Amino acid sequence: MEDATVLWEQEAGVAIVTLNRPEVLNAFNDRMAEELLDALRRAERDPEVRCLVLTGAGRAFCSGQDLRERAGGGFSYAQHVRARYVPVIAKIQALEKPVVAAVNGVAAGAGASLALACDLRVAAEEASFLQAFARIGLVPDSGATYFLPRMVGLAKAFELCYLAEPLPAPEAARMGLVNWVVPGAQVLAKAKEVAGRLAAGPTRAYGMTKRALYRNLRADLLDALDYEAMLQEAAGRTEDHREGVQAFLEKRPPRFVGR
Amino acid sequence: MDYENLVASRDGGVATIRLHRPKVLNALNGKTLDELCAALDAFEADPEVRVVVLTGDERAFAAGADIQEFAGQTAVDMLEGPRGRQWERIRAFSKPLVAAVSGYCLGGGCELAMLCDIIVAAETARFGQPEINLGILPGAGGTQRLPRAVGKHRAMELILTGRHITAQQAYEWGLVNRVVPPEVLLDEAYALAREIASKAPVAVRLAKAAVLRSLDTPLDVGLDYERRLFALAFATEDKEEGVRAFLDKRKPAFQGR
Repeated sequence: MEDATVLWEQEAGVAIVTLNRPEVLNAFNDRMAEELLDALRRAERDPEVRCLVLTGAGRAFCSGQDLRERAGGGFSYAQHVRARYVPVIAKIQALEKPVVAAVNGVAAGAGASLALACDLRVAAEEASFLQAFARIGLVPDSGATYFLPRMVGLAKAFELCYLAEPLPAPEAARMGLVNWVVPGAQVLAKAKEVAGRLAAGPTRAYGMTKRALYRNLRADLLDALDYEAMLQEAAGRTEDHREGVQAFLEKRPPRFVGR
Repeated sequence: MDYENLVASRDGGVATIRLHRPKVLNALNGKTLDELCAALDAFEADPEVRVVVLTGDERAFAAGADIQEFAGQTAVDMLEGPRGRQWERIRAFSKPLVAAVSGYCLGGGCELAMLCDIIVAAETARFGQPEINLGILPGAGGTQRLPRAVGKHRAMELILTGRHITAQQAYEWGLVNRVVPPEVLLDEAYALAREIASKAPVAVRLAKAAVLRSLDTPLDVGLDYERRLFALAFATEDKEEGVRAFLDKRKPAFQGR
Protein backbone atom coordinates (compact mmCIF):
# COMPACT_ATOMS: atom_id res chain seq x y z
CA MET A 1 0.00 0.00 0.00
CA GLU A 2 1.13 3.52 -0.82
CA ASP A 3 2.06 5.85 2.01
CA ALA A 4 -0.77 8.05 3.16
CA THR A 5 -0.67 11.48 1.49
CA VAL A 6 -2.12 13.03 4.63
CA LEU A 7 -0.96 12.07 8.13
CA TRP A 8 -3.07 12.36 11.25
CA GLU A 9 -1.73 12.67 14.78
CA GLN A 10 -3.61 13.59 17.90
CA GLU A 11 -2.13 15.17 21.01
CA ALA A 12 -4.62 15.97 23.74
CA GLY A 13 -7.33 18.01 21.99
CA VAL A 14 -5.17 18.92 18.99
CA ALA A 15 -5.23 17.08 15.68
CA ILE A 16 -2.09 17.59 13.60
CA VAL A 17 -2.76 17.04 9.94
CA THR A 18 0.34 16.83 7.75
CA LEU A 19 0.36 17.00 3.96
CA ASN A 20 2.71 14.17 3.10
CA ARG A 21 3.99 14.26 -0.46
CA PRO A 22 7.37 15.81 0.35
CA GLU A 23 8.96 14.54 -2.89
CA VAL A 24 6.73 16.98 -4.84
CA LEU A 25 6.67 19.72 -2.18
CA ASN A 26 3.24 18.46 -1.07
CA ALA A 27 1.59 19.27 -4.37
CA PHE A 28 -2.07 18.31 -4.57
CA ASN A 29 -3.23 15.27 -6.39
CA ASP A 30 -6.72 13.80 -6.20
CA ARG A 31 -5.76 11.42 -3.44
CA MET A 32 -4.22 14.10 -1.21
CA ALA A 33 -7.25 16.36 -1.67
CA GLU A 34 -9.53 13.47 -0.72
CA GLU A 35 -7.49 12.45 2.28
CA LEU A 36 -7.29 16.05 3.46
CA LEU A 37 -11.05 16.32 3.18
CA ASP A 38 -11.40 13.07 5.14
CA ALA A 39 -9.13 14.45 7.86
CA LEU A 40 -11.20 17.64 8.06
CA ARG A 41 -14.40 15.58 8.34
CA ARG A 42 -12.84 13.47 11.05
CA ALA A 43 -11.85 16.61 12.96
CA GLU A 44 -15.39 17.90 12.57
CA ARG A 45 -17.01 14.70 13.87
CA ASP A 46 -14.64 13.85 16.72
CA PRO A 47 -15.59 15.78 19.87
CA GLU A 48 -12.14 15.00 21.31
CA VAL A 49 -10.60 17.18 18.60
CA ARG A 50 -10.95 20.81 19.64
CA CYS A 51 -8.32 22.41 17.42
CA LEU A 52 -6.62 21.44 14.20
CA VAL A 53 -3.08 22.18 13.00
CA LEU A 54 -2.39 21.91 9.28
CA THR A 55 1.22 21.59 8.13
CA GLY A 56 3.43 20.06 5.44
CA ALA A 57 6.08 17.33 5.54
CA GLY A 58 9.58 18.23 4.39
CA ARG A 59 10.65 21.60 2.99
CA ALA A 60 7.33 22.93 1.75
CA PHE A 61 3.92 23.65 3.20
CA CYS A 62 2.10 22.98 -0.07
CA SER A 63 3.07 23.83 -3.63
CA GLY A 64 -0.50 23.74 -4.91
CA GLN A 65 -1.50 21.99 -8.10
CA ASP A 66 0.89 19.32 -9.37
CA LEU A 67 1.50 20.66 -12.88
CA ARG A 68 2.85 17.37 -14.16
CA GLU A 69 -0.46 15.80 -13.41
CA ARG A 70 -2.59 17.96 -15.67
CA ALA A 71 -4.61 16.08 -18.22
CA GLY A 72 -4.91 16.83 -21.91
CA GLY A 73 -8.02 17.02 -24.07
CA GLY A 74 -11.44 17.23 -22.48
CA PHE A 75 -9.99 18.48 -19.19
CA SER A 76 -12.29 20.97 -17.48
CA TYR A 77 -10.53 23.43 -15.23
CA ALA A 78 -13.79 24.48 -13.58
CA GLN A 79 -14.72 20.90 -12.84
CA HIS A 80 -11.24 20.23 -11.51
CA VAL A 81 -11.26 23.21 -9.15
CA ARG A 82 -14.79 22.45 -7.97
CA ALA A 83 -14.07 18.80 -7.34
CA ARG A 84 -10.63 19.08 -5.78
CA TYR A 85 -10.20 22.42 -4.06
CA VAL A 86 -13.62 23.91 -3.34
CA PRO A 87 -14.71 21.15 -0.91
CA VAL A 88 -11.47 21.46 1.07
CA ILE A 89 -11.58 25.26 1.39
CA ALA A 90 -15.31 25.21 2.16
CA LYS A 91 -14.82 22.54 4.81
CA ILE A 92 -12.08 24.50 6.60
CA GLN A 93 -14.43 27.47 6.76
CA ALA A 94 -17.37 25.36 7.91
CA LEU A 95 -15.32 23.52 10.54
CA GLU A 96 -16.45 25.05 13.83
CA LYS A 97 -13.13 24.54 15.52
CA PRO A 98 -9.99 26.67 15.30
CA VAL A 99 -7.70 25.75 12.40
CA VAL A 100 -4.05 26.81 12.64
CA ALA A 101 -1.70 26.62 9.64
CA ALA A 102 1.91 25.83 10.50
CA VAL A 103 3.49 27.15 7.31
CA ASN A 104 6.83 25.37 7.41
CA GLY A 105 7.97 26.33 3.91
CA VAL A 106 6.72 27.59 0.59
CA ALA A 107 2.96 27.93 0.17
CA ALA A 108 2.28 28.40 -3.51
CA GLY A 109 -0.83 28.62 -5.67
CA ALA A 110 -3.67 26.61 -4.16
CA GLY A 111 -1.21 25.84 -1.33
CA ALA A 112 -1.10 29.54 -0.45
CA SER A 113 -4.89 29.65 -0.60
CA LEU A 114 -5.01 26.66 1.73
CA ALA A 115 -2.91 28.54 4.29
CA LEU A 116 -5.09 31.64 3.91
CA ALA A 117 -8.24 29.58 4.49
CA CYS A 118 -7.02 28.61 7.95
CA ASP A 119 -8.07 30.77 10.90
CA LEU A 120 -4.52 31.55 12.06
CA ARG A 121 -1.06 31.24 10.51
CA VAL A 122 2.27 30.49 12.15
CA ALA A 123 5.07 30.74 9.56
CA ALA A 124 8.72 29.77 9.50
CA GLU A 125 11.08 32.69 8.85
CA GLU A 126 12.17 31.12 5.59
CA ALA A 127 8.63 30.29 4.43
CA SER A 128 7.05 32.28 1.66
CA PHE A 129 3.68 32.78 0.03
CA LEU A 130 3.43 32.77 -3.73
CA GLN A 131 0.39 33.61 -5.81
CA ALA A 132 1.90 31.60 -8.65
CA PHE A 133 -1.11 31.57 -10.92
CA ALA A 134 -0.17 34.50 -13.19
CA ARG A 135 3.11 32.79 -14.02
CA ILE A 136 1.22 30.14 -15.92
CA GLY A 137 -1.53 32.38 -17.22
CA LEU A 138 -4.18 31.42 -14.69
CA VAL A 139 -6.21 33.30 -12.07
CA PRO A 140 -5.82 32.79 -8.31
CA ASP A 141 -8.24 30.15 -7.10
CA SER A 142 -9.19 28.18 -3.98
CA GLY A 143 -10.21 31.37 -2.21
CA ALA A 144 -7.14 33.55 -2.82
CA THR A 145 -9.19 36.40 -4.30
CA TYR A 146 -11.55 36.18 -1.32
CA PHE A 147 -9.04 36.05 1.50
CA LEU A 148 -6.21 38.24 0.18
CA PRO A 149 -8.00 41.58 -0.20
CA ARG A 150 -9.67 41.05 3.16
CA MET A 151 -6.35 40.36 4.86
CA VAL A 152 -3.96 42.77 3.15
CA GLY A 153 -6.23 45.19 1.27
CA LEU A 154 -6.96 45.44 -2.41
CA ALA A 155 -3.76 47.22 -3.44
CA LYS A 156 -1.45 44.59 -1.95
CA ALA A 157 -3.71 41.83 -3.23
CA PHE A 158 -3.30 43.17 -6.76
CA GLU A 159 0.46 43.39 -6.34
CA LEU A 160 0.74 39.82 -5.06
CA CYS A 161 -1.55 38.36 -7.72
CA TYR A 162 -0.21 40.35 -10.69
CA LEU A 163 3.53 40.14 -10.04
CA ALA A 164 3.42 36.59 -8.64
CA GLU A 165 6.59 37.07 -6.62
CA PRO A 166 7.29 35.16 -3.41
CA LEU A 167 6.23 37.04 -0.30
CA PRO A 168 8.66 36.19 2.51
CA ALA A 169 7.03 35.27 5.81
CA PRO A 170 8.41 38.24 7.80
CA GLU A 171 6.93 40.66 5.26
CA ALA A 172 3.69 38.67 5.22
CA ALA A 173 3.52 39.11 8.99
CA ARG A 174 4.00 42.91 8.68
CA MET A 175 1.08 42.98 6.23
CA GLY A 176 -1.15 41.09 8.62
CA LEU A 177 -1.24 37.95 6.52
CA VAL A 178 0.60 35.86 9.09
CA ASN A 179 0.07 35.91 12.86
CA TRP A 180 3.47 34.68 14.07
CA VAL A 181 6.88 34.22 12.43
CA VAL A 182 9.39 31.93 14.16
CA PRO A 183 12.63 30.19 13.21
CA GLY A 184 11.91 27.20 10.99
CA ALA A 185 12.80 24.63 13.60
CA GLN A 186 10.15 26.05 15.94
CA VAL A 187 7.23 26.47 13.60
CA LEU A 188 5.41 23.29 14.55
CA ALA A 189 6.14 23.79 18.25
CA LYS A 190 4.72 27.31 18.13
CA ALA A 191 1.66 26.13 16.22
CA LYS A 192 1.12 23.36 18.76
CA GLU A 193 1.46 25.83 21.61
CA VAL A 194 -1.21 28.09 20.12
CA ALA A 195 -3.37 25.09 19.24
CA GLY A 196 -3.01 23.67 22.74
CA ARG A 197 -4.36 26.89 24.20
CA LEU A 198 -7.24 26.92 21.73
CA ALA A 199 -8.01 23.25 22.39
CA ALA A 200 -8.46 24.12 26.06
CA GLY A 201 -10.81 26.96 25.15
CA PRO A 202 -14.60 27.26 24.81
CA THR A 203 -14.91 25.28 21.57
CA ARG A 204 -18.58 26.06 20.93
CA ALA A 205 -18.02 29.79 21.44
CA TYR A 206 -14.98 29.64 19.15
CA GLY A 207 -17.05 27.87 16.51
CA MET A 208 -19.75 30.50 16.70
CA THR A 209 -17.14 33.26 16.66
CA LYS A 210 -15.78 31.85 13.42
CA ARG A 211 -19.29 31.67 11.98
CA ALA A 212 -19.97 35.28 12.96
CA LEU A 213 -16.65 36.65 11.66
CA TYR A 214 -17.16 35.07 8.24
CA ARG A 215 -20.87 35.74 8.00
CA ASN A 216 -20.60 39.34 9.07
CA LEU A 217 -18.06 40.09 6.34
CA ARG A 218 -21.12 40.51 4.17
CA ALA A 219 -23.45 42.08 6.75
CA ASP A 220 -24.34 45.66 7.55
CA LEU A 221 -23.99 46.83 11.14
CA LEU A 222 -27.58 46.27 12.30
CA ASP A 223 -27.65 42.84 10.72
CA ALA A 224 -24.30 41.96 12.31
CA LEU A 225 -25.48 43.18 15.71
CA ASP A 226 -28.61 41.07 15.52
CA TYR A 227 -26.65 38.01 14.46
CA GLU A 228 -24.30 38.46 17.41
CA ALA A 229 -27.30 38.70 19.72
CA MET A 230 -28.66 35.40 18.42
CA LEU A 231 -25.32 33.65 18.80
CA GLN A 232 -24.97 35.06 22.30
CA GLU A 233 -28.28 33.40 23.14
CA ALA A 234 -26.83 30.08 21.99
CA ALA A 235 -23.43 30.61 23.63
CA GLY A 236 -25.15 31.64 26.86
CA ARG A 237 -26.62 28.14 27.11
CA THR A 238 -23.30 26.32 26.85
CA GLU A 239 -21.70 24.46 29.71
CA ASP A 240 -18.46 26.34 29.04
CA HIS A 241 -20.17 29.69 29.58
CA ARG A 242 -21.45 28.57 32.98
CA GLU A 243 -17.98 27.28 33.85
CA GLY A 244 -16.37 30.53 32.64
CA VAL A 245 -18.60 32.64 34.86
CA GLN A 246 -18.15 30.29 37.81
CA ALA A 247 -14.36 30.33 37.41
CA PHE A 248 -14.37 34.12 37.20
CA LEU A 249 -16.36 34.39 40.41
CA GLU A 250 -14.11 31.90 42.14
CA LYS A 251 -11.01 33.70 40.80
CA ARG A 252 -9.59 30.54 39.20
CA PRO A 253 -8.80 29.56 35.62
CA PRO A 254 -11.77 28.02 33.79
CA ARG A 255 -11.85 24.34 32.86
CA PHE A 256 -13.63 24.36 29.50
CA VAL A 257 -14.84 21.07 28.11
CA GLY A 258 -15.94 22.18 24.64
CA ARG A 259 -19.68 21.90 25.24
CA MET B 1 -54.21 13.91 21.50
CA ASP B 2 -51.46 11.44 20.65
CA TYR B 3 -50.05 11.01 17.20
CA GLU B 4 -47.56 8.54 15.82
CA ASN B 5 -45.61 10.69 13.38
CA LEU B 6 -45.80 14.11 14.95
CA VAL B 7 -45.99 15.85 18.29
CA ALA B 8 -48.64 18.52 18.83
CA SER B 9 -48.58 20.85 21.81
CA ARG B 10 -49.71 24.29 22.92
CA ASP B 11 -48.14 26.95 25.09
CA GLY B 12 -50.41 29.96 25.59
CA GLY B 13 -51.59 31.23 22.22
CA VAL B 14 -48.84 29.44 20.28
CA ALA B 15 -49.29 25.82 19.27
CA THR B 16 -46.57 23.62 17.83
CA ILE B 17 -46.67 20.73 15.41
CA ARG B 18 -43.34 18.93 15.28
CA LEU B 19 -43.00 16.34 12.53
CA HIS B 20 -41.38 13.29 14.04
CA ARG B 21 -40.25 10.45 11.80
CA PRO B 22 -36.53 10.89 12.37
CA LYS B 23 -35.52 7.60 10.72
CA VAL B 24 -36.79 8.82 7.35
CA LEU B 25 -35.95 12.53 7.76
CA ASN B 26 -39.64 13.26 8.38
CA ALA B 27 -40.73 11.99 4.99
CA LEU B 28 -44.38 12.88 4.51
CA ASN B 29 -46.33 9.66 4.10
CA GLY B 30 -50.11 9.43 4.05
CA LYS B 31 -50.35 8.83 7.77
CA THR B 32 -48.21 11.84 8.63
CA LEU B 33 -50.33 14.06 6.39
CA ASP B 34 -53.46 12.60 7.98
CA GLU B 35 -52.17 13.38 11.43
CA LEU B 36 -51.06 16.84 10.34
CA CYS B 37 -54.59 17.53 9.12
CA ALA B 38 -56.09 16.18 12.35
CA ALA B 39 -53.78 18.38 14.43
CA LEU B 40 -54.69 21.40 12.32
CA ASP B 41 -58.40 20.58 12.73
CA ALA B 42 -57.93 20.54 16.49
CA PHE B 43 -56.00 23.81 16.51
CA GLU B 44 -58.48 25.42 14.15
CA ALA B 45 -61.27 24.60 16.59
CA ASP B 46 -59.37 25.68 19.71
CA PRO B 47 -59.95 29.40 20.29
CA GLU B 48 -56.93 29.55 22.59
CA VAL B 49 -54.66 28.77 19.63
CA ARG B 50 -53.71 31.96 17.80
CA VAL B 51 -50.65 30.85 15.80
CA VAL B 52 -49.17 27.47 14.90
CA VAL B 53 -45.44 26.79 14.57
CA LEU B 54 -44.68 23.90 12.24
CA THR B 55 -41.25 22.34 12.57
CA GLY B 56 -39.19 19.17 12.19
CA ASP B 57 -35.92 18.33 13.83
CA GLU B 58 -32.33 19.44 13.41
CA ARG B 59 -31.61 17.24 10.40
CA ALA B 60 -34.82 17.71 8.48
CA PHE B 61 -37.96 19.78 8.36
CA ALA B 62 -39.20 17.17 5.90
CA ALA B 63 -37.06 15.57 3.23
CA GLY B 64 -39.99 15.00 0.90
CA ALA B 65 -42.77 12.56 0.24
CA ASP B 66 -42.34 9.00 1.37
CA ILE B 67 -40.91 7.48 -1.81
CA GLN B 68 -41.61 3.97 -0.51
CA GLU B 69 -45.26 4.81 -0.77
CA PHE B 70 -44.94 5.94 -4.40
CA ALA B 71 -43.63 2.57 -5.54
CA GLY B 72 -46.42 0.68 -7.25
CA GLN B 73 -48.89 3.56 -7.13
CA THR B 74 -50.87 4.30 -10.26
CA ALA B 75 -52.17 7.50 -11.82
CA VAL B 76 -55.63 6.61 -10.57
CA ASP B 77 -54.30 6.10 -7.02
CA MET B 78 -52.84 9.60 -7.17
CA LEU B 79 -55.98 11.17 -8.61
CA GLU B 80 -58.45 9.43 -6.33
CA GLY B 81 -56.32 9.18 -3.20
CA PRO B 82 -56.49 11.44 -0.16
CA ARG B 83 -53.39 13.56 -0.95
CA GLY B 84 -55.22 16.36 -2.73
CA ARG B 85 -57.67 16.76 0.14
CA GLN B 86 -54.87 16.67 2.70
CA TRP B 87 -52.90 19.46 1.05
CA GLU B 88 -56.12 21.41 0.58
CA ARG B 89 -56.77 21.14 4.34
CA ILE B 90 -53.39 22.64 5.14
CA ARG B 91 -53.96 25.42 2.65
CA ALA B 92 -57.33 26.25 4.18
CA PHE B 93 -55.99 26.60 7.73
CA SER B 94 -57.16 30.05 8.75
CA LYS B 95 -54.63 30.91 11.49
CA PRO B 96 -51.05 31.93 10.80
CA LEU B 97 -48.58 29.09 10.24
CA VAL B 98 -44.93 29.77 11.01
CA ALA B 99 -42.49 27.23 9.58
CA ALA B 100 -39.26 26.72 11.54
CA VAL B 101 -36.99 24.93 9.09
CA SER B 102 -33.72 23.18 9.86
CA GLY B 103 -31.91 20.73 7.60
CA TYR B 104 -33.59 19.20 4.56
CA CYS B 105 -36.68 20.93 3.28
CA LEU B 106 -37.20 19.16 -0.01
CA GLY B 107 -40.01 18.13 -2.31
CA GLY B 108 -43.20 17.79 -0.28
CA GLY B 109 -41.31 19.31 2.65
CA CYS B 110 -40.56 22.43 0.64
CA GLU B 111 -44.18 22.53 -0.54
CA LEU B 112 -45.35 22.22 3.06
CA ALA B 113 -43.06 25.07 4.11
CA MET B 114 -44.40 27.19 1.25
CA LEU B 115 -47.94 26.59 2.52
CA CYS B 116 -46.90 28.29 5.73
CA ASP B 117 -47.25 32.05 6.05
CA ILE B 118 -43.80 32.83 7.41
CA ILE B 119 -40.64 30.74 7.06
CA VAL B 120 -37.78 31.02 9.55
CA ALA B 121 -34.79 28.99 8.41
CA ALA B 122 -31.71 27.74 10.23
CA GLU B 123 -28.43 28.36 8.42
CA THR B 124 -28.29 24.62 7.88
CA ALA B 125 -31.58 24.47 5.97
CA ARG B 126 -31.60 23.33 2.35
CA PHE B 127 -34.50 23.84 -0.02
CA GLY B 128 -35.33 22.14 -3.28
CA GLN B 129 -37.83 20.31 -5.45
CA PRO B 130 -35.92 17.17 -6.46
CA GLU B 131 -38.94 15.29 -7.88
CA ILE B 132 -37.54 15.50 -11.42
CA ASN B 133 -34.82 13.05 -10.36
CA LEU B 134 -37.52 10.43 -9.78
CA GLY B 135 -39.14 10.98 -13.15
CA ILE B 136 -42.02 12.94 -11.67
CA LEU B 137 -42.68 16.57 -10.77
CA PRO B 138 -43.80 18.50 -7.70
CA GLY B 139 -47.38 17.53 -6.92
CA ALA B 140 -48.34 19.53 -3.86
CA GLY B 141 -48.17 23.04 -5.20
CA GLY B 142 -44.45 23.34 -5.93
CA THR B 143 -44.82 24.35 -9.56
CA GLN B 144 -47.37 27.01 -8.59
CA ARG B 145 -46.06 28.38 -5.30
CA LEU B 146 -42.32 28.35 -5.96
CA PRO B 147 -42.55 30.73 -8.97
CA ARG B 148 -44.81 32.99 -6.93
CA ALA B 149 -42.17 33.01 -4.18
CA VAL B 150 -38.94 33.32 -6.16
CA GLY B 151 -39.95 34.15 -9.74
CA LYS B 152 -40.32 32.01 -12.84
CA HIS B 153 -36.70 31.56 -13.82
CA ARG B 154 -35.36 30.61 -10.43
CA ALA B 155 -38.29 28.25 -9.88
CA MET B 156 -37.62 26.64 -13.26
CA GLU B 157 -33.98 26.10 -12.38
CA LEU B 158 -34.84 24.39 -9.10
CA ILE B 159 -37.68 22.30 -10.50
CA LEU B 160 -35.99 21.28 -13.76
CA THR B 161 -32.58 20.44 -12.25
CA GLY B 162 -33.70 19.18 -8.86
CA ARG B 163 -30.82 21.12 -7.29
CA HIS B 164 -30.91 22.25 -3.67
CA ILE B 165 -30.26 25.77 -2.45
CA THR B 166 -28.89 26.90 0.89
CA ALA B 167 -30.86 28.86 3.45
CA GLN B 168 -28.88 31.97 2.54
CA GLN B 169 -29.73 31.56 -1.15
CA ALA B 170 -33.37 30.96 -0.23
CA TYR B 171 -33.28 34.18 1.76
CA GLU B 172 -31.76 36.15 -1.10
CA TRP B 173 -34.43 34.74 -3.42
CA GLY B 174 -37.24 35.74 -1.07
CA LEU B 175 -38.30 32.20 -0.18
CA VAL B 176 -37.66 32.60 3.56
CA ASN B 177 -38.11 35.48 5.98
CA ARG B 178 -35.05 35.04 8.16
CA VAL B 179 -31.92 32.92 8.36
CA VAL B 180 -30.77 32.29 11.92
CA PRO B 181 -28.23 30.11 13.75
CA PRO B 182 -29.65 26.60 14.16
CA GLU B 183 -29.23 26.82 17.94
CA VAL B 184 -31.85 29.58 18.17
CA LEU B 185 -34.18 28.57 15.34
CA LEU B 186 -37.10 27.84 17.65
CA ASP B 187 -36.45 30.91 19.82
CA GLU B 188 -36.69 33.12 16.76
CA ALA B 189 -39.72 31.31 15.37
CA TYR B 190 -41.51 31.49 18.71
CA ALA B 191 -40.64 35.17 19.13
CA LEU B 192 -42.39 35.87 15.83
CA ALA B 193 -45.28 33.56 16.68
CA ARG B 194 -45.82 35.14 20.11
CA GLU B 195 -45.76 38.61 18.60
CA ILE B 196 -48.45 37.63 16.12
CA ALA B 197 -50.39 35.79 18.84
CA SER B 198 -50.58 39.04 20.82
CA LYS B 199 -52.55 40.77 18.05
CA ALA B 200 -56.31 40.75 17.58
CA PRO B 201 -56.99 37.19 16.38
CA VAL B 202 -59.92 37.94 14.11
CA ALA B 203 -58.02 40.73 12.38
CA VAL B 204 -55.02 38.40 12.01
CA ARG B 205 -57.15 35.75 10.31
CA LEU B 206 -58.80 38.30 8.04
CA ALA B 207 -55.40 39.74 7.12
CA LYS B 208 -54.06 36.26 6.30
CA ALA B 209 -57.05 35.62 4.06
CA ALA B 210 -56.63 38.97 2.32
CA VAL B 211 -52.91 38.50 1.64
CA LEU B 212 -53.45 34.98 0.30
CA ARG B 213 -56.20 36.29 -1.97
CA SER B 214 -53.78 38.85 -3.43
CA LEU B 215 -51.74 36.05 -4.98
CA ASP B 216 -54.50 34.70 -7.19
CA THR B 217 -56.90 37.48 -8.05
CA PRO B 218 -56.79 40.53 -10.29
CA LEU B 219 -56.01 43.68 -8.32
CA ASP B 220 -59.53 45.13 -8.47
CA VAL B 221 -61.07 41.93 -7.12
CA GLY B 222 -58.44 41.72 -4.39
CA LEU B 223 -58.97 45.34 -3.41
CA ASP B 224 -62.71 44.79 -3.23
CA TYR B 225 -62.14 41.72 -1.04
CA GLU B 226 -59.81 43.68 1.21
CA ARG B 227 -62.32 46.51 1.58
CA ARG B 228 -65.00 44.06 2.69
CA LEU B 229 -62.73 42.38 5.21
CA PHE B 230 -61.59 45.77 6.45
CA ALA B 231 -65.23 46.74 7.04
CA LEU B 232 -65.85 43.39 8.70
CA ALA B 233 -63.05 44.05 11.20
CA PHE B 234 -65.03 47.10 12.31
CA ALA B 235 -67.69 44.73 13.60
CA THR B 236 -65.29 43.28 16.19
CA GLU B 237 -64.94 44.28 19.83
CA ASP B 238 -61.19 44.05 19.39
CA LYS B 239 -61.32 46.94 16.91
CA GLU B 240 -62.98 49.09 19.56
CA GLU B 241 -60.39 47.99 22.10
CA GLY B 242 -57.44 48.53 19.73
CA VAL B 243 -58.51 52.02 18.73
CA ARG B 244 -59.41 52.99 22.30
CA ALA B 245 -56.07 51.69 23.67
CA PHE B 246 -54.15 53.61 20.97
CA LEU B 247 -55.98 56.84 21.87
CA ASP B 248 -55.46 56.18 25.60
CA LYS B 249 -51.77 55.41 24.96
CA ARG B 250 -51.99 51.98 26.61
CA LYS B 251 -51.53 48.40 25.46
CA PRO B 252 -54.68 46.80 24.06
CA ALA B 253 -56.19 43.71 25.66
CA PHE B 254 -57.67 41.76 22.74
CA GLN B 255 -60.38 39.19 23.39
CA GLY B 256 -60.72 37.54 20.01
CA ARG B 257 -64.23 38.85 19.49
